[in-house]
Amino acid sequence: MQTVLEGRVWTLGRDVDTDQIISGKYLTILDPNELKKHVFEIALPEFAAGARAGDLIVAGENFGSGSSREHAPQAMRAIGVGAVVADSFARIFFRNAINLGIPAIEAPGVRAIFTQGDTGRVDLGAGRVTNLTSGASVAFPPLPHHLLELLEAGGLVEKVRRELAATAAAPGPARAGP
Amino acid sequence: MTTPRGSGATLAEKILARSGGLERAVPGQIVEGRVDLAMMHEQGAQTVAPFHQMGATRVWDPDRVVIAIDHWVPASTEGAAVLHRILRKFAEEVDLRHFYDVGRHGICHQILAEDGWVVPGDLAVGTDSHTNMLGAMGAVATGIGPTEMAAVLALGRLWLKVPPTISVRVKGRFGPGVTAKDLVLRILGEVRTTGAQYRAVEFAGPTVERLSMPERFTICNMTTEMGAKTGMVAPDATTAEFLAPIAKHPMRPLLPDPDATYERTVEVDVDGMPPMVACPYSPDNVRPLPEVAREHVRIDQAFLGSCTNARIEDLREGAALMRGRKVARGVRFIVSPASTKIYEQCLKEGIVEVFTEAGAVFTNSSCSACFGGNMGILAPEEACASSSNRNFPGRMGAKEARIYLMSPAAVVASAVEGEVADPRALA
Repeated sequence: MQTVLEGRVWTLGRDVDTDQIISGKYLTILDPNELKKHVFEIALPEFAAGARAGDLIVAGENFGSGSSREHAPQAMRAIGVGAVVADSFARIFFRNAINLGIPAIEAPGVRAIFTQGDTGRVDLGAGRVTNLTSGASVAFPPLPHHLLELLEAGGLVEKVRRELAATAAAPGPARAGP
Repeated sequence: MTTPRGSGATLAEKILARSGGLERAVPGQIVEGRVDLAMMHEQGAQTVAPFHQMGATRVWDPDRVVIAIDHWVPASTEGAAVLHRILRKFAEEVDLRHFYDVGRHGICHQILAEDGWVVPGDLAVGTDSHTNMLGAMGAVATGIGPTEMAAVLALGRLWLKVPPTISVRVKGRFGPGVTAKDLVLRILGEVRTTGAQYRAVEFAGPTVERLSMPERFTICNMTTEMGAKTGMVAPDATTAEFLAPIAKHPMRPLLPDPDATYERTVEVDVDGMPPMVACPYSPDNVRPLPEVAREHVRIDQAFLGSCTNARIEDLREGAALMRGRKVARGVRFIVSPASTKIYEQCLKEGIVEVFTEAGAVFTNSSCSACFGGNMGILAPEEACASSSNRNFPGRMGAKEARIYLMSPAAVVASAVEGEVADPRALA
C-alpha cells in the first residue's frame, strides 16, 4: 500500500451527509461505475465529471453522516479517490471507507488549511497532511494497527479471504458451528 | 457537566466486554465482538458479492440472521426488484430462513423489535444506520455497511472500538401533546449532530424509566442523528414484559454499574417542555414548535411514518386527533405503518378509515417517503411535516425541499392546518 498519497484536493464543508454524497434515488444502483456519475451530486455537483484517480477529498466535521449506505465510498473507490481527510467522520462512513481500502483520515483542523484545487499530501506513516500549494500542514494520530492492516490488505474482503483460507488450511479441530 | 470518575462500567462497556470474552472493556479498546443478531435490508444485496469474494460458503449461524426488505416494498423500480431477487436467491443458497418478504414485511428495525430478535445484553448489527433503535432493549445495536456485513455473516464477529458513554438523565413529566419524539428532538438540539460521535448514549432517569418500549425505540432511534454508535436504555421490568412472549433467544441482561464512568452527563427536565420541531436542514436545528407555528410555515406534504414513529401507538394517537377532521386543501398526507402487523392492527381498529376519510393516503408498510427513493418525493420549494428522523438537503427528494421533523401528533395537526402546527392548538 502507498503510505504517501499526493493529489489534487476537492474541498467540502461540514456535515456532508450521505444523502448529499449519493442521494436516495440512486440506492438501487449496484454498479460502482454507474454510481460514480452521481457522487456528490448535491454537495459538489462538479465533482463527478471533474474528479480523477488519485484526487483527495478534504472535508469539515462529521463527514459522511446519515445512512449506512456503502454506495458513497464505493463511488469514491470507483473514481480512485486517494484518501478522504476530514476534521471528523461519522462512524459508519469511516468504517465503510476503510473496509473498501480507502484511507479515511481524521485530522482535526485540516479543512481550514485547504482551498479547492490545492495540491495535498497525506503521509499515513508520519501522520501528517500537508498543503503543498501553501505549505501549511496538520498532524493526525496515525491509524491504529488493525486498521492499517486492513488498508494494507486492500480492504476487508481480502483480509477475511486470507483468514478463511488460513482456517481452512489449518490442521486441527474443525471450526465451531452447528 | 463532567461526571466524577467511578470504577464501574457503563452498559455498553459491559456488553462489549462479554461479547469479546473479556472481563472488562474500557473506552478506546478494540474488541472482537461475537454478534448475537445480524440484520439486512435491501442493502444486504451488496453483501452477497463480497461474501463470495471472501471465499465464504456458509453463514456462521443462520438463526441469528434476519432479512427484512423495507425500502422499496413491493419493488417500485426494476433496480429494486433486482436487489430483492439477489437477496431471495442468497437466502436460499445459504439457508437464511428468517426472511420477511413482501406480505409479512415491515421496516427492518420494527421487525426486530416486534418479533423479539434483539434481547437485553445482545450485540446486534444491521445494514442500516438506525439499528441504534434496538439499543432500547438494553443491547448494543449499531449500523454497519454491507461489506462489513459479509464479514459478519462469514465469521459471526466484528471489531468495535469500545465507545465512551454519554449519560442522558431525564426527569419530569410530559405535558399534554408532548411526546418522546419531542424529548429526543430537544436532546438533539443540545447534543447536536456531532455531540455523540463514536459514543454510546445511555438514557436514564425517572422519565426514561416510565417510558414504554415504543417510546424508548423512538429516543434510541434518533441517537443516530447525534452520531452515536448506539443509544440504549438499561433493561428493566418494562423490557422484560415486552419481550417475554416474543424473545427469540434467551435474555442475558446486564446493567450499568452505579459508579460507572460517563464521559459526560446531559440533564434534561421535561416539566413544562413544549412540543419541539427540527427545522431544515439538520435534525439538530431544533426549536420550540409553538414558535415555528407562529411563523405560519406552509406545507405541501405531511408524512406519518418511518422507524422513528409509525408504531401502533403513534398511529392511534394520530388517528385520535384526525377523527372528525380533514386534511387541509393542497396538502398530501401520507400515512405508512412501520410493519404489516401494525397495518393489520390499524385495519382492525378502524384507524385506516379514519385517515382515508380525512383525505390521507394510507399505504402499505415501508420506509415510504422518509428516504426520497420510493414514494412521496418532494419537488423543489416544497415543504413537508414529517415524523421521520432526517431533514438533510435532498433527503425526501429535491435538495431545496424543506422537511420539518416532529411528533406524530404534530404531523396530524400540520396536515389539518396546512402549515407547521402545534397539536395542542388544534381547534
